[in-house]
Amino acid sequence: MLALTPLLVPLATALLCVLTQARPRWQLRVSAAGALTLLLCALALLQQVQHAGVVSVVGGNWPLPFGVEFAADRLSAVMVLVAALMVNVAVLWQWSDADAAPSAPALQPLLHGLVTGAGAAFVTADLFNLYVWFEVALICSLGLLAQGGALRQLDATLKYFALNVFGTVLLLAAVGLLYAATGHLNFSALGEAMAKLDAAVALPLIGVLLLAFLIKAAAFPFFAWLPASYHTLPAPVLALFAALLTKIGVYALIRMLSDVLHPAPQLLYDALGWIAVVSMVTGVLGAAYHWDMRRILAFHSISQIGYILLAIALASRAGDAAAIFFTVHHSLVKAGLFLVVALVFRYTGHYDLRCIGGLYAARPGLGAVFLLLALALVGIPPFSGFWGKYLIVREAMAQGEYLWAAGALLVGVITLYSMMKIWLEAFWKPHPDSAWRPPAAARVTAAWLGVGALVLLTLWMGLYPDAMIRYVTDASTALRGGTP
Amino acid sequence: MIWAVAIALGVVITAGTYLALSRDVFRCLVGLALIGSGVNLLVFTTGRLVTHVPPIIDAAERQLSAAANPLPQALVLTAIVISFALLCFSLVLVVRLILVAATDDVTQLRAAEPPATDAYKPPLEERL
Amino acid sequence: MTPRALIAEVFVRFLYGTLLLASLWVLLRGHNAPGGGFIGGLLAVTASAAYALTFDAARALRRIPLGPVRLSAFGVLLALLSGLPALLQGLPFLTHLWITLPLGFSELALSTVMLFDLGVYLCVWGALGGYSLALVQSVEGAP
Repeated sequence: MLALTPLLVPLATALLCVLTQARPRWQLRVSAAGALTLLLCALALLQQVQHAGVVSVVGGNWPLPFGVEFAADRLSAVMVLVAALMVNVAVLWQWSDADAAPSAPALQPLLHGLVTGAGAAFVTADLFNLYVWFEVALICSLGLLAQGGALRQLDATLKYFALNVFGTVLLLAAVGLLYAATGHLNFSALGEAMAKLDAAVALPLIGVLLLAFLIKAAAFPFFAWLPASYHTLPAPVLALFAALLTKIGVYALIRMLSDVLHPAPQLLYDALGWIAVVSMVTGVLGAAYHWDMRRILAFHSISQIGYILLAIALASRAGDAAAIFFTVHHSLVKAGLFLVVALVFRYTGHYDLRCIGGLYAARPGLGAVFLLLALALVGIPPFSGFWGKYLIVREAMAQGEYLWAAGALLVGVITLYSMMKIWLEAFWKPHPDSAWRPPAAARVTAAWLGVGALVLLTLWMGLYPDAMIRYVTDASTALRGGTP
Repeated sequence: MIWAVAIALGVVITAGTYLALSRDVFRCLVGLALIGSGVNLLVFTTGRLVTHVPPIIDAAERQLSAAANPLPQALVLTAIVISFALLCFSLVLVVRLILVAATDDVTQLRAAEPPATDAYKPPLEERL
Repeated sequence: MTPRALIAEVFVRFLYGTLLLASLWVLLRGHNAPGGGFIGGLLAVTASAAYALTFDAARALRRIPLGPVRLSAFGVLLALLSGLPALLQGLPFLTHLWITLPLGFSELALSTVMLFDLGVYLCVWGALGGYSLALVQSVEGAP
């Protein structure tokens, strides 16, 4: 039953939030209670998988491989925990006034609906079910994007919709064809049947499936939906999107390439590696061009997804461990940065670097937190990003992929450039308007609590990486059928 | 019959792709919906296409080889409901968008990503 | 102001209840014959739509119990709850249970599947009913 909680708890919360729509204060409380329950369930799940390895339940007591199975292993559990943590931060944020967007009655149900889609996708062990949860997450994210109803939001929603629908259509086609080829949808049965399949049939089928997940993960030629839409979202939703949306695609890629369809044809791993390198470079160059802080961070997401894909493309146990470590690190740090940037907006009233400045003198604490998260994103020791990049580059070197490793290091330098751009422009240089003073009455304690939690976790992952590295190594061992 | 369905599928997806590449937002949407329907049809055909064969197993038989597999039919029902929900949402979205933006030309819809006005720096957006 | 359609008004008053009854019948027969929650829900939506086209969308909306959004949320909640009785018996979530109540002259078969289907019915009625009525509302008053 514990394996079903990432699906049931947020779904029930979303429904209760709909039923309490008439009373916004109660709705927020229900939402917070649901988020906390999910966090507790995620912690219990994590505890359980560390003892049992896999926790699974088959809906409706149908025999395998025909029933729809939900199974959580170490990888699922840590992804669910990240999702639970992020929805708590997003809900907590709404007790502050650090966001300009007015709260809409559909906001809480859609937030939890998105988490339902993500959480269920993390624990399902059935390919068609995975498609269904992708769609649930897609519909809820579309709803969240269209919330404000302003022209730029509607425009962003359309672009997000067109590209993502193309992805889900490809995903559905791949699922149908895989079923036609193997007669199975359950992950373990599918894996066994795929091993017997002719390579000439398997290659295009797996190729289409990976293409669909790459669109969801915003990898190189398919990333256009991400920078077109992220910057129109309210801050707490944006943090949740940054931490979850692309990660569902990444999770599906890890699950398919390292667990279900392992070993996939080598050609696909090679192609993925080059897609990863090009994603890293294009993402970071896009970020270097922009001056709007949210756009800069959105482009960095593409570049960081490149790192994760690179680690997956290395197709080894250490590579997968690095990919999982980096995914967790990136979810925490990127969401934290988006929230810090929203606080900058609260104090200065602008997201564009050309219109703000002087924040270090006015709010040194915010400057310190930004610097810490920015250095973690760049990968400066002793922060979490350093360990993530170190694990990836070490494994790339060990496999003799020096070009990929060089690409990863070079992109790190450009990331440092664009983080320093934000630092110098927003915090260090004097404000262009010398009469500017930060608003005295800002109710931001709750916002700070959320950011503080993310910062502490990042610091913990950076200063004491042993526990986390051991966990992700166990997770990647278990993915490939080994016993940690 | 499988060939007839395969050709129909090809026609539907081609038509959908043609429409989706149009500059008219509404046609774009219809195109995406058509591609979705084509893929639904594809999933439907993966369960074998037969007519007039009831799924009844004789006492001696272990496996039905002549009847269609009902699972893809169940899957495609789910997929149809989902694509229907997406279509409902996108119809409302596009109608609102056309009304608010006063244009249905996708090349004019640049509100989320304003075109560059300067050779080096992105355009400065007005304060929100 | 659209002109009143008197024949339709008289007819739809009667048709509305009949369609809802028919939708319930389709919902219930779905356990042994073609039908079920989804189709039953769609039939209920046609009842709402017929009402809205004859009178107006606002009056049709008032006739949907709880209002469309809350009705569909309630429906999904009901479908989720139907999975819980199995847990009391130590079976996995959504394992469906059947009981038969002897009534003397006949017997009544009850199941958690019926609860699930009722949830689907309410969800479809609420969601699609709300959607189609909103569409009707958006073109009301247009020439």
